[in-house]
Amino acid sequence: MREMKNIHTAQVLRERAVQFLIYVAVLLISAVFIWILADLARGGIAHLSWEFLTESPRDAGRAGGIASILVSTLLILLVALLTAVPVAWTSAILLVEFVPADSPFGKTVRFSLHVLAGVPSIVFGLFGNAFFCIYLGLGFSILSGGLTLACMLLPILTSTAEAGLRAVPHAYRMSASALGMTHTAALVHLILPAAAPVLAAGLLLGIGRALAETAALLFTSGYVERMPDSLLDSGRALALHIFDLSMNVPGGDMPAYASALVLAGLLLCINITAMKFAHGLQRRKIMT
Amino acid sequence: MLTDKLLMGILRAGALMAALVMLLILIFLIHESWPALSTLSIGRFMTDASWHPLEGAYNLMPMLSGTLLASAGALLLAVPLGLASAIFIVFYAPLHPAAIYKRLIELLSGIPSVVFGFWGLTTLVPLINQWHPPGASLLAGIGVLALMILPTVTLTAYTALAAVPDELLRNAAALGLSRWGMIKGVALPAAKTGIAAGIILAAARALGETMAVLMVAGNVVQYPETLFDPVRTLAANIALETAYAMGDHRAVLFVSGLLLMLLVMALSGVAGLLEKRRHA
Amino acid sequence: MNSNQHTGKPDAFTLGPLEEGPACCDPQPVVQVRNLSLLYDGKIALDKVTLDIYKGCITALIGPSGCGKTSFLSAINRLTDLVPGCRVTGEIRVNNRDIHHPDTHVQRLRRQVGMVFQKPTPFPLSIRRNLSLPLNEHGISNKTEVAAITGQVLRDVGLWDEVHDRLDASALSLSGGQQQRLCIARALALKPQILLMDEPCSALDPLASGVVEDLIRRLRGHYTIVIVTHNLAQARRIANYAAFFWVSGRAGQLIEFGRCQHIFESPSHELTAAYINGVRG
Repeated sequence: MREMKNIHTAQVLRERAVQFLIYVAVLLISAVFIWILADLARGGIAHLSWEFLTESPRDAGRAGGIASILVSTLLILLVALLTAVPVAWTSAILLVEFVPADSPFGKTVRFSLHVLAGVPSIVFGLFGNAFFCIYLGLGFSILSGGLTLACMLLPILTSTAEAGLRAVPHAYRMSASALGMTHTAALVHLILPAAAPVLAAGLLLGIGRALAETAALLFTSGYVERMPDSLLDSGRALALHIFDLSMNVPGGDMPAYASALVLAGLLLCINITAMKFAHGLQRRKIMT
Repeated sequence: MLTDKLLMGILRAGALMAALVMLLILIFLIHESWPALSTLSIGRFMTDASWHPLEGAYNLMPMLSGTLLASAGALLLAVPLGLASAIFIVFYAPLHPAAIYKRLIELLSGIPSVVFGFWGLTTLVPLINQWHPPGASLLAGIGVLALMILPTVTLTAYTALAAVPDELLRNAAALGLSRWGMIKGVALPAAKTGIAAGIILAAARALGETMAVLMVAGNVVQYPETLFDPVRTLAANIALETAYAMGDHRAVLFVSGLLLMLLVMALSGVAGLLEKRRHA
Repeated sequence: MNSNQHTGKPDAFTLGPLEEGPACCDPQPVVQVRNLSLLYDGKIALDKVTLDIYKGCITALIGPSGCGKTSFLSAINRLTDLVPGCRVTGEIRVNNRDIHHPDTHVQRLRRQVGMVFQKPTPFPLSIRRNLSLPLNEHGISNKTEVAAITGQVLRDVGLWDEVHDRLDASALSLSGGQQQRLCIARALALKPQILLMDEPCSALDPLASGVVEDLIRRLRGHYTIVIVTHNLAQARRIANYAAFFWVSGRAGQLIEFGRCQHIFESPSHELTAAYINGVRG
């Protein structure tokens, strides 16, 4: 009996020790996260203002604002989305609705997307530089940067669209067939609307990923910070601007903080909205 | 139906483009690295005196070691902390704090690498500098990398642990297992494939990460002797030099890009196999 | 011997050397339940149950689905602690000790009171590890001792001949009946006084079900068993005591409790008679 008591005391001690370690880890991580956010807020709040958002940068970015940067970012984003979304969503629809799981075509497409998902962004940058800038002759431009980003976004847009389409109950499709509807009609009127929230969430995730991207744009979209004249003009994205200000511009810390705050704020809103949309569906794959 | 045929045509075209992209990437990477691969022997990437492209020295090894050491260090930090976080969310936290903490981790995963790098540059590096100059070092690189891959480890481990069937845990409790006994003896073994896949994914992410490490690790091409020595990773090297590299130099940069891609693909492949085994 | 009755193939399943235990003629209560009520999120699931579980006997809990039999079982080893929103009122004494007393060590209670569930749930580990894990957790780590206990319980449940040469194989590779016998062995390894069984045969095919039932019968006398069963014939075959539950006004209630023979042949309550005869439930 005494031996049992000792065993159980040892057990209780072990339980307490493990619990302590776990709570310490969690507190540590929470503290660091709050530290980062606080640092960003403290550094950037002062510099943030309406003028900051509407003026173009002057003096290598030390003065003025980020208006031209925001415009370039938006343009790059639009190019990327307008190219990637049609390709991604048609692939997803094909894979879910029309192609059996083990057809060679389906397997090839899935395999390619899986591989693409693993390619580091800097390697996308190399590819974009070689293919879009030099081979296709687009040079350092918003178009090159946008198209490179589009390649990067394909996997995440396709996998979220696939998840959303698979979550639509099979009963919808069967009822539509029983009513004699064409595949196209069923898709347009029933399935896509049902999958819309998850598709929207995937879109938002893609946007978030694109906004955060720097390495792929370093030598594809150019470095120039003035307002772009056309898609073939070079433009600088917000993430790149932060990079430049902090690494290459002495005294650029203040506007860098403010830009980082804007970027983090944008991403926070996007992530929260995306989570709200995808609330029902359990996301099995985390692609960050 | 004509519309259906049209639809199929459009869908096929789209999917084909997706498959083509991967092919294009491989083709162009190989095409650009060919000058180096054909004229320089593989041995030179390992035995040249140093990395001095303007003098024809193309030793990639110091940078490869920088990449591997930074990733290994980040994993050493992120895996225990990430597992602890996941175990906390699933087994220890009451409902509300669990949801809040999980939300925190999800938001952490959304912070771009530039912002981590920027924070590292302005806060972490000066801190390390106070302890042991110069501050911009392997340690700083490991720090920001660990922060970046922590959410991946946590969220995949969470999914794996949450998927452990309730009845296994009830049986364990009925046998008088304590909470940690249950986690260590039953839940973790049951979830081990998913957790392993998550760790490998995190490793792949760490290997490919460019910006944050570039901003804080010091960028000196050397084998680090202590944690406080500055290093340059392969990815950072590509980022720094591609814009102005020409000829052989440029080709070698593409070779290092290929190397990175192959490393990451190998890891992703293993993770994919593990996922398949789990669902089998 | 008994295997012939069920299979006609004498070597299909072999029973362990556990001898038929002494008939329980010593009605000493090991579990005393007084006015036990269970509430889930404020709604009453079990209403004021009072009964005694006698030592060495098999007590069958019978009655239709949803009248709280499983909840009653979960209360005895405090598995109800794991259910959020579940509240237990009333008193349960095991070996004359109140199990809800703050000094009670829940893990120790669950060593004394073992449980086997309806769905066979071996851990996704090797057969050997399934048995050694609970032993290690309760402080038995000496390898020889663990091996001895492992061999003993596997023989008791009749699995030894079937698995002794592949103890390191995954427990999931066993058939349904073998898995359930492994779960029983796992529970027996801790040498509990009381064994709670929640419809242990219902997820098994008739052959395996027969083997498990024979095993339970042989445990009588060595262990005190409380078994929830929908199979009236089974209850009649193996139980010494029977407790009849019924749903009355959304809450489960104990209608009648007594010696098995009495319940089945001359029940006092008309509901009991109706249920036994298949008229209701």
